[in-house]
Amino acid sequence: MLKIKNKFNTERDISGCGLCGIINAKKVKTNGSDIKKAISVEHDRGNGLGGGFAVYGNYPDYADLYAFHIMYDNLSAKSDVEEYLRNNFIIEKEEPIPTFKTAKIYDHPYLHRYFIKPKSDRQDKLFHDLEDDDFVVNSVMLINQNYDGAYVFSSGKNMGAFKGVGYPEDVADFYRLEEIEGYMWTAHNRFPTNTPGWWGGAHPFTLLDWSIVHNGEISSYGINKRYLEMYKYNLALRTDTEVITYILDLLIRKHKIPVRLALSVLAFPFYNKIDKMENDKKMLFTALRQVYGSALLNGPFAIVFGYSGGMVAMNDRIKLRPLVAASNGDFTYVASEEAAIRAVCQSPDMVWSPKAGEPVAVEFDDIKEKTSLKGGLLSL
Amino acid sequence: MTKSSFSNIQSEYLAVIDHNKCVRCKRCIQNCGWGTYSFGGDKIIADHSKCVACGRCYTYCPEGAISIIKNPTVIRENANWQEPLVKNIWRQSETGGIVISGMGTTFKYKKYFDHILLDACQVTNPSIDPLREPMELRTFLGKKPSKLDFDFDERGEPVLKTKMPPQIELQTPFVFGAMSYGSISLNAQKAMALAARALGIVMNTGEGGLHDDLVPFGKNIIVQVASGRFGVHRDYLNSGVAVEIKIGQGAKPGIGGHLPGEKIGIDISRTRMIPVGTDAISPAPHHDIYSIEDLRQLIYAIKEATDYEKPVSVKVAAVHNIAAIVSGIVRAGADIVYIDGYSGGTGAAPIVIRDHVGIPIELALAQVDERLREEGIRNEASIIAAGSIRSSADAIKAIALGADAVAIGTAALIVMGCHVCGKCNTGNCSWGITTQRPELVRRLDPEVYGERLYNLISAWSHEIQEVLGAMGVNSIESLRGSRERLRGIELTDAELKALGIKHAGL
Repeated sequence: MLKIKNKFNTERDISGCGLCGIINAKKVKTNGSDIKKAISVEHDRGNGLGGGFAVYGNYPDYADLYAFHIMYDNLSAKSDVEEYLRNNFIIEKEEPIPTFKTAKIYDHPYLHRYFIKPKSDRQDKLFHDLEDDDFVVNSVMLINQNYDGAYVFSSGKNMGAFKGVGYPEDVADFYRLEEIEGYMWTAHNRFPTNTPGWWGGAHPFTLLDWSIVHNGEISSYGINKRYLEMYKYNLALRTDTEVITYILDLLIRKHKIPVRLALSVLAFPFYNKIDKMENDKKMLFTALRQVYGSALLNGPFAIVFGYSGGMVAMNDRIKLRPLVAASNGDFTYVASEEAAIRAVCQSPDMVWSPKAGEPVAVEFDDIKEKTSLKGGLLSL
Repeated sequence: MTKSSFSNIQSEYLAVIDHNKCVRCKRCIQNCGWGTYSFGGDKIIADHSKCVACGRCYTYCPEGAISIIKNPTVIRENANWQEPLVKNIWRQSETGGIVISGMGTTFKYKKYFDHILLDACQVTNPSIDPLREPMELRTFLGKKPSKLDFDFDERGEPVLKTKMPPQIELQTPFVFGAMSYGSISLNAQKAMALAARALGIVMNTGEGGLHDDLVPFGKNIIVQVASGRFGVHRDYLNSGVAVEIKIGQGAKPGIGGHLPGEKIGIDISRTRMIPVGTDAISPAPHHDIYSIEDLRQLIYAIKEATDYEKPVSVKVAAVHNIAAIVSGIVRAGADIVYIDGYSGGTGAAPIVIRDHVGIPIELALAQVDERLREEGIRNEASIIAAGSIRSSADAIKAIALGADAVAIGTAALIVMGCHVCGKCNTGNCSWGITTQRPELVRRLDPEVYGERLYNLISAWSHEIQEVLGAMGVNSIESLRGSRERLRGIELTDAELKALGIKHAGL
């Protein structure tokens, strides 16, 4: 229980942080050494109590399967969860997540991964007719809530989260990220202020293909949480990152709101700007604020959000946290500090500081071609 | 039975005149609506038994010669047989009647707002300075769909496909509570109308119909339909921005109203559409609403009559089972639910009801908001909380507990000079508020008090902005329902649970 669940009686976890993201629009893969180098420049933005990475494109051989990364406090939790998985999923492959002893990461939980897909005749089908994605979300919430000593920290396809307690560069060594290849990376260095060493609380937070790294404190957490609970989300972790992930899941996956608009919900334009828009647009944004007002993330944040279609980085509506972006050929970099980008890309084509509430959104080229035919559902 | 020639009830207050200061200008005689003062040939004489401590005389005495003091003659103190109880027994034994009073309860029940503390930012998240950053209070009342759908134009840009239900736009989350023409004067209504228009908020006609002079203020008016159906006709329903069905009122849940015939002059007669001099009686229930399905019919009858262009609000008193009741109202199709707590005001109510029926707005609101969320229908209706919102702090706490906006009734009357004497039912209000006597009504200048109402709501709005900034949010929707920013103090576990908040320190 000590390692993966938050044992502190707090309504939620608060932390300051550093973050980085690297994406190649053509899906050219790089190994984890660049992201490690970049985030290590932001060493002082964390305090050694949480570091983590998300990588996309790292499981090409199992790209159609949900890759569950689960941390266990003990082996009895493992056998309980595995019984649940066996009853509901076809498990194609399972193995311990490869880790390497380092002096700086110690006392870690048992880390295991499973490549699985929901059974078509699972018991659950008697009561619901859930899509696979919904069933996976429900299963993740169920395990995290009801199975003591077990925590699913990654559940997407062809992507994975690797995180733990420690500085991110040490976590990178622990998982030996230089041996992993992917076309999109995000990284996080955590500075928690009220919850020491807690493996589950490290970033990125992921759900299906969503992964979020986040620097900030959501001052509207209370209402964001209650809003999500109305849609049956179970906010077990009590972290801001969890709230952001679920809001995006609700808006983009469940309500099918175009990504660009969903992002504007997180950092609504001010009414004085909306009032000056032309009529259709004004109606659209007024309606968005009326309907999704409780989903607005108020308070300081910079987030980097990865999904199967690309990467988005953005700030809150008055830019209370740092965020810098740079592009170099097909690569786009985002980070809390420009120095982190310069560490891996000395002279980018362009470096800029995104405006408050305006997302830096990069889509993979193959997605762009596909979606332009569909009327731009994901047009960014 | 023969009538006793004297009363046991001694005057509550003494109107003491300093005859050395008094210049015998007789303004006090003019100003007092109660007939306390008369001229005794060489000096002013006060009949203390008529004084209600409404404060008009000493406010307008040019020499400062008047003091109103509590009658020092004691009724023997007894914690059990308290003075008001003893006096009511005398009163009722003399009249055989129900004791009627105006305004909200005078009982000292626990005020939950005073046991709730607000949060602020320190270090980990920055507070925001409302003098330098935008701080948004704009609020929309009405049904919201649970999700939006979009189409895409030829450029691939999203276009709103969902047709939004009608909304009331408020520039700040306040409305004036329902007070009818009849219970208050036309000038008092005009003052609120002027203020509502200047502030970009709304007032509420109450159940007394809409006077012709207020028709131009339609964009800032909610018209009410109550059990008496006074002044209700097709144009009336369409003359405001919304229609409100009044089921109940916090000060007198479960009972109706009675405007005596002597107050029904030509103007009120026209506005209410009843003959001059007849009593205007609002039955306790709507006689076409004996259950929730009947309410649904009335809601939809009104929506039909207004072409589905106006939100329909339903006003109820906070009673024990309020959460389930409001859930039913929302499912019956209401776009707004106005919940009035037990300390809300009234023009006239039996004190047995006023002082003993209903529950506090804080608890009712917390339970309703939670219930609607559990049922997944919180978006279906907006909530207005009322029942003695005394300050911006009360408003902030109500909004954090889950209200979309709060209604101001008594506070608005206090702006106009009301000293909460509780004698609204008598029609003698010296301030020209709850009276129809022309010489009293005339003294209430709508423009002067319209501006003061504007000042009050502006001041409270600025205070809300300060608090939002301290909490590190810059939009009212980030406060609404955000109970994590509230903590209880000196509350029991049961109270904290009912409010859905944690104790301070946790």
